[in-house]
Amino acid sequence: MRNAKLHARFTAFLAALALLCAVCPLPLGAAGKLNIMTATTDLAALAQEVGGDKVDVESVARGYQDPHFVEAKPSFLLKLRHADLLIVVGLELEIGWLPPLISQSTNPRIQVGAPGYFDASRFAKILEIPTGVVTRAEGDVHPLGNPHYWLDPENGLRIAKGIQTKLSEMRPNDAAYFAQRYDSFEQRIKQADQKWIAEMKPYAGRKIVTYHRSWPNFAEHFGLDVVGYVEPRPGIPPSPQHTVELIGLMKRDDVKVIVVEPYFDLKTPNAVARDTGGQVIVLMPSVGGEKEITDYFKLFDYDIAKLKQAFDTTK
Amino acid sequence: MKKFAVLSACVLFSAVASAQQIPSGQTSVSNPEDTRMKTLEDQVRTLAEEITLLRSELKDLREAKSGEPAASGRVLLASSHLEPGLLAASMPPSANASVAPDPALPQIAQTQTYGGATSNAKLLNPDISLIGDFIGTAGRNTVSPSRSLELHESEVGMQAIIDPYARADAFISFGETGVNVEEGYVTFTALPAGLLLRVGKMRAEFGKVNTIHNHALPFIDRPLATNNLVGGEDGIDDAGISLSRFLPGPKNWFLQGTAQVFRGDSSDVFTANRRQDVSVVGHIRGYRDLGESTNLDLGISYSRGHNNAGFGSTIINPSEFLTNLYAADATLRWKPLRRAIYHSFLFRTELFWSARDQLSPLNVFQTQHAFGLYSDAEYRVNRRWTVGGRFDRSGRATNASLTDTGFSGILTYWPSEFSQIRGQYRYGHLWDIPHDRFTNANELLFQFLFVMGAHGAHPF
Repeated sequence: MRNAKLHARFTAFLAALALLCAVCPLPLGAAGKLNIMTATTDLAALAQEVGGDKVDVESVARGYQDPHFVEAKPSFLLKLRHADLLIVVGLELEIGWLPPLISQSTNPRIQVGAPGYFDASRFAKILEIPTGVVTRAEGDVHPLGNPHYWLDPENGLRIAKGIQTKLSEMRPNDAAYFAQRYDSFEQRIKQADQKWIAEMKPYAGRKIVTYHRSWPNFAEHFGLDVVGYVEPRPGIPPSPQHTVELIGLMKRDDVKVIVVEPYFDLKTPNAVARDTGGQVIVLMPSVGGEKEITDYFKLFDYDIAKLKQAFDTTK
Repeated sequence: MKKFAVLSACVLFSAVASAQQIPSGQTSVSNPEDTRMKTLEDQVRTLAEEITLLRSELKDLREAKSGEPAASGRVLLASSHLEPGLLAASMPPSANASVAPDPALPQIAQTQTYGGATSNAKLLNPDISLIGDFIGTAGRNTVSPSRSLELHESEVGMQAIIDPYARADAFISFGETGVNVEEGYVTFTALPAGLLLRVGKMRAEFGKVNTIHNHALPFIDRPLATNNLVGGEDGIDDAGISLSRFLPGPKNWFLQGTAQVFRGDSSDVFTANRRQDVSVVGHIRGYRDLGESTNLDLGISYSRGHNNAGFGSTIINPSEFLTNLYAADATLRWKPLRRAIYHSFLFRTELFWSARDQLSPLNVFQTQHAFGLYSDAEYRVNRRWTVGGRFDRSGRATNASLTDTGFSGILTYWPSEFSQIRGQYRYGHLWDIPHDRFTNANELLFQFLFVMGAHGAHPF
C-alpha cells in the first residue's frame, strides 16, 4: 500500500520533470545575428571588429580578471547554450574553468572540434613553447606555449583574419561584409601600430620586470627586455628569497619599472620598487581592464601611455 | 645533423633522378662534348634550385617547430617589421608593408602550436591525473575511530573527448584496502532539446556534498549528516543513467532539472534486492548572480530506493522496505574578480531528511524519520591560507532519536594550486552504541593533498 503510494509519487515527480522538458523549448538565439561567446574580452573585441553589427559578442571573463581563474558559474551556461561560436584563447589557459562549461552547455555547436569552436591560438604566433622535459617544478607552466599572445597587434590581426574566415564560413551571404570589416581593421591597426612603435622607439631595449609571464609577445613586439618576474615561477606566489634575488637583479641591471597585472597584489612589487628606486605600474592585459579601454586599440593606447610615463619618470 | 643528412640524401636523390632524366635524343647531337657540358650545366642549375627549395622548406620547418611562424606568415604589420632593432632580425628582406596575412597561416600556426614533444605525446590520450590524499589523525574517538596515518585515497582520473558527440570521465580510487571505481561515465553533449545525458557510474546529484570528490571537499572529512543519512564517504554513488536539462525560470535565474535512475546499490543507503529495485534521484538547481562577485546557489533533491532492513524478514517482503531521502541546499559565494586568487568567502548549508522503513525491535514495520544538517563557511585570507568552520547535527537513519552533534575548524595552506596542507580540529558529541551513551570525540586531523598531471576542473 505504502509502496504503491510512494511509487505513484515518484512517477508523478518524473512525469512533472518530463513535462517541463517537453513543454518548455529552449529559446533560440537572436535571429539574423551570430551569437558569439569568447573566453576573454580581447577576443570579444576582435570578434566585434570583424563581425560589426552582424554579431552579438560577449566574453565570459572580465578584462580585470585573472583569465587562469575564472569561476565556471552556471549563469555562463545560459549564455553558452545559445552561442553559435565560441572563441577560446587555448594553450590550456582556460583548462581550469572552460571544459565543464562547454560540456554542460548542452550546445553541440560549440563542443571541442565542432564548427562553432574556435581556438584563436591556432592563428597566433606563440612564444615560450617549452622544450625538453616539462614539469610543474617550473610552476604552472603551459606546455603548449605562453597563452598571453593577444598582446601583440600582429597576433590581433592574425586572429581577426581567422575570425573573418570563420564568420564567412558560417554566414557566406555576409562574407563581403566581414571582409570589408577586416580590411578596415587591418588598415587601422597598421596605422595604430606604426604610431605605437614610434612612441616606444625611444625606449627600445629598456629592461623591465613583470609580475607574471603575461607580456612576452608585447615585449617582443615593442622591443622591451623582460629580465625578471615577481613570481619565482608562474603561478607561485612571491617568496622572500626570490624577492631578495629580484631586488639584486634589478639593482645590478638598473631596472626601474615593474609591470603588474590588475589582479595581483601590489604589496611585494611595491616593496621591491622601494628598495630599488623603481616604479610599479599596473598595465592592463585585456580590454575592459579599465573603463576607458573599450576596444583592442585602446588597450595598447593605455598600456603604452602608462609605460612611457613610467620610463620617463624613472630615467 | 640528421636534417643535414636528410638534405644531403635528398640532393643525392635529386642528382640521380636528374641524371636519369637526360633525354635520350641528346645522344644524336653532333658535338658530344658540348652536349655533355650543356647537360652538366642544366644539372647544376637544377640542383641549385632544388637545394634552394629544400633549404627554404627546412627553414620553414625549423621555424614552425621552434614556435616561429613561417616568414610569409610574419609579414602583417609593416611598421613593426620595418623597425630596426625590434623585429628586424625576423624580417624577410622582401617584407612588404601591405602584405595581408597568408591564408595558409592557420595551418602553419597550427603546426607551431602543437609542435612540442609533450603535446605530441599526449595526442589522443586522455588527460591523466593522480590525486594523493594522505590523512593523519590524533586524539580520541571511540565511535568512529580512524587510522593514525594512512594514504586515504589515490584517485586516478582519466578524462577525454570520445567523439564529436560525447566525452568520458573516469575516476578510480585506490585505497589502502582496495580499488573502487568512484565514477566512470560518458556524457553525451550533442543531444537535441538541450538535454544532457550521462551514463555510467556516478555520484548522484543529491544535494551538494554528495557530488564532491574527497579531494575537493572544503574539509578533510564529510559532514556528520552525510555519514549518518546519505551513505558516508561514498554516498549515493551507483551505476545508472542521468538526464538533465535547463529549465525556464524567472529572469536572471538559472534553473536546471536532473532525473537519475540507478541500479539501487549505494553504500548502506540503498540495496537492490531484485533487479527492479532501482533507486531514483531528482534534483532541481536554482542559481542567481547577486552581483559580479556574489552569487546564490539553491537546490532541492529527492531520492528513493530500497534498503536492506528487510533482509531475512519472513513477515514482510524485503522489497517493501524503502528509504526516501529529501535534501535542500543553499550556497552563498563571494569572490571579488580583481582579487579572486586572494580573497573569497563561501557559506553553505544542507538539510537532509531521511524516511527509512525498517522493523522495530518488536518486529513491527516502522519508518524512522531522521533529520540532519550541516553549515560551513570558509574564507580565503590570502593566496596561500584559507580558514573555515563547520557545524554538524544529525540523527541516525536507523534510530532518529540518537542525534550526533559536532563542529570543526580548519586551516588550509596552499603551497601552489596543485597541493594543499590542512589541519582540522574536530569535536563530536556522538552516541556510543556499545556503551549505550553519548561520548565526546576530540581529534586533530591533518591532510596532504597533491595533484599529478592534468586534472580537469570540477563543476561549479
